[in-house]
Amino acid sequence: MSDVPEVKPPAVTPVRVVIALCLFAPFVAMLWVGSYAKTDPAFIGIPFFYWYQMLWVLISTALTMIAYKLWQRDQRARATTKGGVEA
Amino acid sequence: MKDGVNGVALAVFIFFFLAVTVMGFLAARWRRADDEHSLDEWGLGGRSFGTWITWFLLGGDLYTAYTFVAVPAAIYAAGAAGFFAVPYTILVYPLIFTFLPRLWSVSHKHGYVTTSDFVRGRFGSKGLSLAVAVTGILATMPYIALQLVGIQAVLDVMGVGGGENTNWFMKDLPLLIAFGVLAAYTYSSGLRAPALIAFVKDTLIYIVIAVAIIYIPIKLGGFDEIFKAAGDKYTAAGAGGIVPAEAGQWTYATLALGSALALFMYPHSITATLSSRSRNVIRRNTTILPLYSLMLGLLALLGFMAIAAGVKVTNGQLAIPQLFETMFPDWFAGVAFAAIGIGALVPAAIMSIAAANLFTRNIYKDFIKPDATPQQETKVSKLVSLLVKVGALVFVLTMDKTVAINFQLLGGIWILQTFPALVGGLFTRWFHRWALLVGWAVGMLYGTLAAYGVASPTQKHFGGSAKEIPGIGEIGYIGLTAFVLNVVVTVVLTFAFRAFKAPEGIDETSPEDYTADAGDPGVEAELPPATAGASH
Repeated sequence: MSDVPEVKPPAVTPVRVVIALCLFAPFVAMLWVGSYAKTDPAFIGIPFFYWYQMLWVLISTALTMIAYKLWQRDQRARATTKGGVEA
Repeated sequence: MKDGVNGVALAVFIFFFLAVTVMGFLAARWRRADDEHSLDEWGLGGRSFGTWITWFLLGGDLYTAYTFVAVPAAIYAAGAAGFFAVPYTILVYPLIFTFLPRLWSVSHKHGYVTTSDFVRGRFGSKGLSLAVAVTGILATMPYIALQLVGIQAVLDVMGVGGGENTNWFMKDLPLLIAFGVLAAYTYSSGLRAPALIAFVKDTLIYIVIAVAIIYIPIKLGGFDEIFKAAGDKYTAAGAGGIVPAEAGQWTYATLALGSALALFMYPHSITATLSSRSRNVIRRNTTILPLYSLMLGLLALLGFMAIAAGVKVTNGQLAIPQLFETMFPDWFAGVAFAAIGIGALVPAAIMSIAAANLFTRNIYKDFIKPDATPQQETKVSKLVSLLVKVGALVFVLTMDKTVAINFQLLGGIWILQTFPALVGGLFTRWFHRWALLVGWAVGMLYGTLAAYGVASPTQKHFGGSAKEIPGIGEIGYIGLTAFVLNVVVTVVLTFAFRAFKAPEGIDETSPEDYTADAGDPGVEAELPPATAGASH
């Protein structure tokens, strides 16, 4: 592993901020119960409260997937620039 | 409830049960490695599972029979409040995305089998590691017992659970057989057995849910009718509702958050995680595991359907099996029951393995026989996994079901108290080990006392998991309140111990251990900010 002290890329980069936001968004959405504790609009007879949260299963999945892809790319980029001075 | 035994359903149930039994025993030969006597082999499936097996294993592990029975049962009884399971499982995945790969790496590097192994290695404290191990075992035992409750519910509805008039032996015989078989193949095949059976379990569950969510609403006249009937019932009963009332929203959110934080503290979740082949398997899994959350959401809706279908049960646990029997043709009801029954076997097996690993590694090896060989470790683990199951069985057969449920509720509160040591430890060495231990004790004590003091219409103590949060005045999840208290105590005492230069213990891990990925040369050290600063 990186036992030679290299010039490291900065710990906080725009990509990492986006990753953090992707992972944090579900917490805001789900813990703010007041924003979705209502019955209307209903979807095929299912009150808003229920379908909205199920929709968030999909949204958070998509967000986590984006975070995963970005993280992978971030890691690859770091691996290739390791030893370089690119910051 | 139909009278007598439902023959067709029972036949289908037995067919599937026999099929998975054969699979369970054959699993020992599946992907066998050279060193079959090590605990890694028996207890972690050789740490060899790829993305899909891990997905099935984790899914089979986290979404248990009890979940399938209890979540719709909660909806059936209280409406919206029971739906917190969905935001809870939504929050779990972004959360574990951040810390689970680190745990995997450090465990892989140092051969840790349990979370307590890690805590001992990180903080050089056997006391703290023992606290984590004991909490894990205590929290897991009632969980295993509840899997039995799940099987019992199914057997009852099929008519083989026995009525009031049968003697206890005949009544419990099917359950004894089911658990005898489970114990035997877990003993011989280890984690490979539930991993293989999980395929069957999840396939059955997905089929049943897909059919139920389409077929039952059609028969009941659509979701409009279903929710109307449910709304009328809650109004008439004066309890529950289609959406949570203003006062219930804090409870809803804190339950979701607290449960999400707690889930991957459970030993069985960690066992399934550590059995995976690489770091990426875990990250990839956080993106596909939410499929189960979707299923759970649909399943929860069955609680409303049970109301609309006119299912009337005094024991809410029976609502869903009863709904299946009422709505489905007999043979398909059999498939559904098999899904729930097998759904109990998979987690019960993994939980007993996880509890056994904790005992072997962190009590037996640390305190009783430090020079145990890997063969001895495996032997002890196998025996303990048997003992744990027998214990759970005795628990269910001799005590009232509510005791198991109370303990499971407490277990959730307790296990959350290991979060600071485990997840905190994964990112920083700043916390002092003694502070973590005191914080844990305070959290455990507060959580237990607070839960003891909650009364419900049917119970004087342990009537629920929510209580007024001191200082805020809203009703919130006790576990989360205890957790916050725990963290505050830990932080304050860490400052104190550091000021007095209390011995810190030896940290056997180094920062790059947390990002190591075995056998993957393309992955270089990734140094998230937290670690970069932690070791200095």
